[in-house]
Amino acid sequence: ARPPAAPAGSRAALALVTLLSFASRFHRLPEPPHVCWDETHFGKMGSYYINRTFFFDVHPPLGKMLIGLAGYLSGYDGTFPFQKPGDRYEQHNYMGMRGVRRYRLVSSFLALLCFSPCALSLSSLEKYTGCITLSQYILLDPILMFFLMGAVLSMVKCNACADRPFSASWWFWLSLTGVNLAGAMGVKFVGLFVVLLVGLNTIYDLWDLLGNLSLSLVMFGKHLLARVLCLILLPLALYTAVFAVHFTVLNKSGPGDGFFSSAFQSQLIGNNLHNVSIPEHLAYGSVITMKNLRMAGGYLHSHWHLYPEGVGARQQQVTAYLHKDLNNLWIIKKPDSDADLSDPSSPVEFVRHGDIIRLEHKETSRNLHSHQHEAPLTRKHFQVTGYGINGTGDSNDFWRIEVVGRKPGKLIKVLRSQVRLTHVATGCILGSSGKTLPKWGWEQVEVTCTPYLKDTPNSLWNFEDHINPKLPNISLDVLKPSFAEILLESHMVMIRGNSGLKPKDNEVTSKPWHWPINYQGLRFSGVNETDYRVYLLGNPVVWWLNLFTIGLYLLTAISTAVALKRGVQLSSELKELSRVVLRGGGQIALGWLLHYLPFFMMGRVLYFHHYFPAMLFSSMLTGITWDTLLKFFAGFLSPSTAARRVYGGGILALVLLIMYSFYLFHPLSYGMIGPMASDPSSPMAGLRWMDSWEF
Amino acid sequence: MLGFLKNPVVVTAEINVNLVALTVMGLISRLWGLSYPRAVVFDEVYYGQFVSLYMKRIFFVDDSGPPFGHMLLALGGYLGGFDGNFLWNRIGAEYSMNVPVWSLRLLPALAGALCIPLAYQILVELQFSHCAALGGALLILLENSLITQSRFMLLESILIFFILLAVLSYLKFYNLQRHSSFSASWWVWLLLTGVACSCAVGVKYMGLFTYMLLLAIAGLHFWHMLGNQNLSNVGGGWLFCSYPCLGDLSLKTCSVSLLCHFLARGLALIIIPVAMYLSFFYVHLTLLYRSGPHDQIMTSAFQASLEGGLARITQGQPLEVAYGSQITLRNVLGKPMQCWLHSHTNTYPIRYENGRGSSHQQQVTCYPFKDVNNWWIVKDPGMQQLVVSNPPRPVRHGHIVQLVHGITTRYLNTHDVAAPLSPHSQEVSCYIDYNVSMPAQNLWRVEIVNRETDTDVWKTILSEVRFVHVNTSAVLKLSGASLPEWGYRQLEVVGEKLSKGYHQSMVWNVEEHRYGKSQEQKEREVELHSPTQMDISKNLSFMAKFTELQWKILTLKNEDTEHKYSSSALDWITMDTNIAYWLHPTSGAQIHLLGNVLTWASANVAAVIYVCLSLWYLVRRRRKIYDIPEDAWQLWVSAGEICVGGWAVNYLPFFLMEKTLFLYHYLPALTFQILLIPIVLQHLSDYLCRSLLSKTMFRALIVAWFSSVYLVYCTFSPVTYGEPSLSVAELKDLRWKDSWNILIRKQ
Repeated sequence: ARPPAAPAGSRAALALVTLLSFASRFHRLPEPPHVCWDETHFGKMGSYYINRTFFFDVHPPLGKMLIGLAGYLSGYDGTFPFQKPGDRYEQHNYMGMRGVRRYRLVSSFLALLCFSPCALSLSSLEKYTGCITLSQYILLDPILMFFLMGAVLSMVKCNACADRPFSASWWFWLSLTGVNLAGAMGVKFVGLFVVLLVGLNTIYDLWDLLGNLSLSLVMFGKHLLARVLCLILLPLALYTAVFAVHFTVLNKSGPGDGFFSSAFQSQLIGNNLHNVSIPEHLAYGSVITMKNLRMAGGYLHSHWHLYPEGVGARQQQVTAYLHKDLNNLWIIKKPDSDADLSDPSSPVEFVRHGDIIRLEHKETSRNLHSHQHEAPLTRKHFQVTGYGINGTGDSNDFWRIEVVGRKPGKLIKVLRSQVRLTHVATGCILGSSGKTLPKWGWEQVEVTCTPYLKDTPNSLWNFEDHINPKLPNISLDVLKPSFAEILLESHMVMIRGNSGLKPKDNEVTSKPWHWPINYQGLRFSGVNETDYRVYLLGNPVVWWLNLFTIGLYLLTAISTAVALKRGVQLSSELKELSRVVLRGGGQIALGWLLHYLPFFMMGRVLYFHHYFPAMLFSSMLTGITWDTLLKFFAGFLSPSTAARRVYGGGILALVLLIMYSFYLFHPLSYGMIGPMASDPSSPMAGLRWMDSWEF
Repeated sequence: MLGFLKNPVVVTAEINVNLVALTVMGLISRLWGLSYPRAVVFDEVYYGQFVSLYMKRIFFVDDSGPPFGHMLLALGGYLGGFDGNFLWNRIGAEYSMNVPVWSLRLLPALAGALCIPLAYQILVELQFSHCAALGGALLILLENSLITQSRFMLLESILIFFILLAVLSYLKFYNLQRHSSFSASWWVWLLLTGVACSCAVGVKYMGLFTYMLLLAIAGLHFWHMLGNQNLSNVGGGWLFCSYPCLGDLSLKTCSVSLLCHFLARGLALIIIPVAMYLSFFYVHLTLLYRSGPHDQIMTSAFQASLEGGLARITQGQPLEVAYGSQITLRNVLGKPMQCWLHSHTNTYPIRYENGRGSSHQQQVTCYPFKDVNNWWIVKDPGMQQLVVSNPPRPVRHGHIVQLVHGITTRYLNTHDVAAPLSPHSQEVSCYIDYNVSMPAQNLWRVEIVNRETDTDVWKTILSEVRFVHVNTSAVLKLSGASLPEWGYRQLEVVGEKLSKGYHQSMVWNVEEHRYGKSQEQKEREVELHSPTQMDISKNLSFMAKFTELQWKILTLKNEDTEHKYSSSALDWITMDTNIAYWLHPTSGAQIHLLGNVLTWASANVAAVIYVCLSLWYLVRRRRKIYDIPEDAWQLWVSAGEICVGGWAVNYLPFFLMEKTLFLYHYLPALTFQILLIPIVLQHLSDYLCRSLLSKTMFRALIVAWFSSVYLVYCTFSPVTYGEPSLSVAELKDLRWKDSWNILIRKQ
């Protein structure tokens, strides 16, 4: 709210800030020369893109695609293995190393980009406060941050253009918001929160417009349409496009195959389901493999080994096995007849929904069997074994085969039918519990018969391989899933994968309440004194200032709101200030809440860096609050020069404080060698302000 | 003087016949044949064991919720003279003669019956017609699932009763607010709101949702009051207005300050509920003073405060640990089970199954049973003696000690060898010198975690201690994994190098303790085998006990969560699931938790209509088009705040929960949703049926619909009350949805 002569000054400040952030991000970029922490994953995935190998990750692909692109542009050939944190790049070829360094370069560049919008968004919300928030970023999830800040900035800019709707700049900022939303969503699902923020803001906006009676309903319809187009359709289209590129680029079979369904796998070059042709309908006498429908569920498997003493009945083990193997083959037989169905003269008889069948293991000729003994790991379920000699067993070998969502008497399709096997004698359902058996079970996955009749993917199966010489083969291209199905499936798999990242018992994990108080950092690399150590820790001064300011902001906002509600007369300057506190600050505070609170409800493993998006908002809130407060108190001083001096001094003091603390803690972010901080001779000795920091 | 004699003494009583009739009908529907079936029905098997424990005054921990609900059930048992002697092991088991079934089930049934007049009153207080209120109450009366749930020893009906009571008292309070603030009845209803809220929370944590809703609504109303410029900020006639009987007509103009209003609400809606909640725990802990099955979840200090159990052992042992003390060390975490630091003569195998090597020294484990091998002796590294000197020299925070295993006299040691199951941590062993240039590293620094000053003395039971290895700064930790055969499946103990802050697995406390007297090994073994006995008792303050118990209730997790009748929150709206509560051992008589299908569907339709109409009105009002009068709109909104809000807060959070969910979790939400039906109906008939003809038609429709609700109630009442027994064909006819699990006996 300074006189309009200021833009030159603000532009200069912006340029300075950009320069500083460039310098701070690129300083000593190539160090340390080994893989740090999550670089193992993301580096590896970058390599996969270059090799066009299909993989699976719990996050949407845009971020990794950008990393891959950076590596591709810099000529990295994707051969570095990225096996575990701490591997040295030197051991590998020069190109790979350089490529990797380029990754860092690019990600740093993006991190840098995220500065300027941040400063900008602030300056548009509240000029001059940007500087306060600046020196705070030490290490970030940079690409996400970039899109996130981009979205917020464009949203704010677009609000600023609200007085001239449908102008070119209005359209530009509106669609840019959409693009950034797609970007944020495309990098991580955390992007959803910013979508929510923008969505809420848009609804508020539209509500405002609706209340404006001078605006005709047609105009309002136009506003609505424009927003639907730019903020819903455009991001969706872009987001889908990202996945389209992802699936087009990755067309070779790779480590991610097992996570996906059989139909999906048939699309990947090199997968054994690619371009094969098999009979479509299941018939008696067919040799088949059965895949569990839960993610990474494995194939129904058996082998000669028996369950050990004390684990149910001492019969042959039945497990679920993730790899393709001859022991996964089973033969479908009728329950009663032992007639040799492989005889080519006998007529083909198809298996129908509701039939009672017997499954014989091809290698060992034992029947799939269950009985009322408790399963090895899931005690409430029944044990599943292989029983009988040469296909002769007892009545516990009979299973009713049912297709989900079908009527009795229908045929059963390979790959596409979701099948449930009900044990006839006990009424339980064949399923895979997902628990890994101990050594005696070769660390394969437990298969049980569950008495709880629920249709979960755990208890559903599909037929994958199907060999029956009497039936005509059809090409699997018929089964080719549409793009929409692929998209849906990959999302289901990602969501399940995300919720599957549970912390183990007794594992010390980061808790959301740790984050705002900067309770604990994250070790990126290096443990011992001689290692090159990088430790991710928020700048404590900034962190604690932010925390304090959130409280301060709440106090300010409440007292302002109450004062307004009580009808206190304010001068126009104060009115302007209160508008900034309630409207601008409210938006930012909402952003902070949206990016922080949901983590309390998440069951998955959490890390310190999950707080960074919220941290950005909290830093901006700090800027706004201090700026407003300084202005408010400076307003009491009578000569305006004194007021300006107090205001300027306050801002300067804050900036200097932050700069100094950054200088103090910079070894953490750039990496350090030497004794641990617990040793008094270390340069970091005095800086271990909390016992829980480990550097 | 005798003026009062001039006029006759007149007692005027107003009796709302509607209310009385509803109450009577409610009592009949809920209490009829209450002690049938005389067998354990569904979750009675779960709550019953707690009632028994209350009767026997034995301490327990139940992670399903706070103790108030259990206490109310136990009150029923107490009134019926239950002695607690019944084995609650199986659903369907016949009750023995000493179990007062009727009085055990009485309180939930009464609560369920009283919900009906409460529902009536709520609708009246929401300013809807008596006709609508009657309709709403009848719908609650004829709701099969609410009947089933209130006829057994279960908590939901009590919870719903308190929730409705809280809502009703708030509405009464709010309606009094306009004309007689700070009158006696104003205070009564305000305080009753707080009390009912805390009771609801005390019965089940689900009550929190409604409490939060009421807090939010109270906050909103107060916010509107802030805009009222007639009220002063601070001061004002607080005392004057609190006693309206003293004043005259000018009272109506007196202004009480906003601050007073704020403080009154804060007192009644926050401070009183918190105090009540604490008092539940106070009563709970006072009642249960004997040690019982869940002792081992609690810390040693807590256990020592219970009669019997640990208290008998630790009673009177010396408080301060000194050099030469003989101690057992318990891990504070207590997961996967409680255990004590242990060692025995067996050594680690030279090579593990995966080929890694070990130090081949004596195993150190954590052992979940009391054993003579759990005894350790605290030794001063500078001295040889293993007895306590006279006077004893206490060990303080920061002292360096050695820990000597009592039976084998080997020293607790850790070194840079990978632990058997957690290769990132160090192995902990009792040192054996094999002359392989691997020196003993047996010095440990004692760090008292819960110290007040840095010179605190290490105390038995009370002090929580970390042992930091002096050479490697590793911390003695329970890894939680259990060792293979060679370690007798005992739990692994490791030295954790990367100690990330505080974690309970790294903290130990002394449980049994005595001063060692015998220097000779033989004598010492005899001494170790003898039981401890000495002479001080340690009492925890109530707040310490409360904090610990509350924390355990919140963090305790039950492992196996799958249940045959569990369902997902999405199934509830359409009632795609049911729960079989009881099946007669021979005939086909059975009891199911199954709602009145028509009511559920109508409630859903009402909610949809309410939301759509509100949105429509809202948008139109924004364009300054007013379809209904302003006061009707206000009523519509406040009814929605309570009913739709109550439904949403009691339902939506279940989508975020990971615990096992059952259909009965939906009942509080359902109650609110049912209350919405008469509201919507009355609104439709008042404002949307314009002509007389359409009004008449609408009324006829409502009558028809009501009779079908009654019919559905009658159809399902055999599985609601468990009587009469139905034939197989009749049961099959009742299976209106394929997903319902109605039990049909194989002939």
